[in-house]
Amino acid sequence: MKRPSLGALLLGLIPFAATCFSVALWDRVYPMVFGLPFNFFWLIAWLLLTPLCMWGAYRLEISRDSKSNRAQGGAS
Amino acid sequence: MSPTIVALSLISAIVATGSLVGFVARSHRKMDLEQWTVGGRGFGLVLVWLLMAGEIYTTFTFLGASGWAYSRGGPVLYILGYLPLMYVISFYILPPIWDAGRKHGLQTQADFFEVRYGSLFLAAFVALVGVVCLIPYLQMQITGLGLIVEVASYGAIGHTPAMIVAFALVAAFVFVSGVRGVAWASIVKDLLLLFAAVFVGFAVPRMYFGGIGPMFAVLAQAKPLHLVMPGATKDLGHSWYITSVLLSSFGCYMWPQFFAASFTARSGKVLRRNAVIMPLYGITMPLMFIVGLCAVLVLPGMSNGDLSLLTMVRKSFPAWFLGVVGGAGALTAMVAAAIQLLAGATLYAKNLWRPIVAPRMTDQQVAGLAKVMVLILTSGALFFAIHSSTSLVSLLLAGYAGVAQLFPGVVLGLFSRRVTTAGVSVGLVTGLSIAIFLMMTGQDPYRGLNAGFIALCVNFATTGLVSFLTPVRVPAFDEAVPSISASQPSKEAPTA
Repeated sequence: MKRPSLGALLLGLIPFAATCFSVALWDRVYPMVFGLPFNFFWLIAWLLLTPLCMWGAYRLEISRDSKSNRAQGGAS
Repeated sequence: MSPTIVALSLISAIVATGSLVGFVARSHRKMDLEQWTVGGRGFGLVLVWLLMAGEIYTTFTFLGASGWAYSRGGPVLYILGYLPLMYVISFYILPPIWDAGRKHGLQTQADFFEVRYGSLFLAAFVALVGVVCLIPYLQMQITGLGLIVEVASYGAIGHTPAMIVAFALVAAFVFVSGVRGVAWASIVKDLLLLFAAVFVGFAVPRMYFGGIGPMFAVLAQAKPLHLVMPGATKDLGHSWYITSVLLSSFGCYMWPQFFAASFTARSGKVLRRNAVIMPLYGITMPLMFIVGLCAVLVLPGMSNGDLSLLTMVRKSFPAWFLGVVGGAGALTAMVAAAIQLLAGATLYAKNLWRPIVAPRMTDQQVAGLAKVMVLILTSGALFFAIHSSTSLVSLLLAGYAGVAQLFPGVVLGLFSRRVTTAGVSVGLVTGLSIAIFLMMTGQDPYRGLNAGFIALCVNFATTGLVSFLTPVRVPAFDEAVPSISASQPSKEAPTA
């Protein structure tokens, strides 16, 4: 199978870095944001930011697909 | 009318409505194996979204998440961590899985292994792993249903009879509706769940503390350690968080029912778009945590945290509202269980029984056997649900540890030409053995790491090493000619 492009993979790594590997940095109660403990706020924010990253990855993959289709004369 | 009758009759009405929607949705279609299991591969964005949400936001969302927020505190955040990440993973793996599915007529996860690795036995083993891991998942739904009826009846109906009645309903529902009916029933369930979660999540903290912010302010004063990891536990710290989030996000689409759901899509593009928007739906999850955390302050000392949400609702609202929330929860459990049963039963009949025991079965007979399996699997899960008392999240984690061991075989099968059948088989067996050993001997987490994740790492390493040492015998998907030993959908199979 065709592998995903490097750009799309890097965009997907951003949420992993932000919500998984960096846990020690954001797992704290203060400062509270919008009345939420910081760790809750941070993860909720990434529920909204992850689709943004993946939307970028989607655009990249779509444009790559249409390019490779044209290169092969429309055959996929 | 007594509150018990009000609450219970509302729950029944909601369950009946949901089942009716599912029944109507299937009534004009011929039900052959292809239609029953993968909906004829014609689902667009909305139906796939509903089906996937139906599976992912289950009773666990409702009761398990609030239960862990109540009993464990900070570690519950792992759920919020893995939710968006599993969709990130799905963005990369589901479209190629769908491609392979269309090209080779795949209907189940084990079909994928059969075609990619050219081994009926590996496929049968994968089916076995899937079916066995589904049982704790099913048990989770049954236990959840039992809790709902128990609380809604104010203790008048014990949860054992409640579970038995509920699951007779589920089995009947799966029999008649197939995957399309289930997807439509989950519309009813999604609307209710969304309404109930948003309303309860905002109203409960408002009633007792004047809002979510003030509630957290009180909790941060009274129990600051409950809000961060490891919370009320000793060993669920940051390394556990990282490994559990990774295991769950890698493992999630290895559940046979999620894997098979991707075959229902009309195109790979639908799946990619789905992966982009799905994390937004997770916004209801923190609301469930909040209800559990309110219960920490309002109802301290409950022995079963999984009851915290329902007990808070019962304490704070009139009986009819408990009925609505209970109905949403019950329908959620039914829809999720139906999808799991459908996937498990098909896997068993198609990939385990037919190739190993009765190679001459027709698709029609396979569909018949799958229905018998629905009954057997339901009874099995019911048996375990009655005889064990593990928390909902722990059940989920145990299933994940097993099913995630299929990840190397899937990912390498898609993107590597060098991976071999022997490599994947040895890796899978090694990973499973380690996971089972660590869990059975009570060593999960092991030195602060999720046991399933340790097993997955060893699995990957073994798969790589053995693949390196053995020759490639089966062509990768994009090299293979579309042929199929996995069955052709029969054209004139009669209505089931």
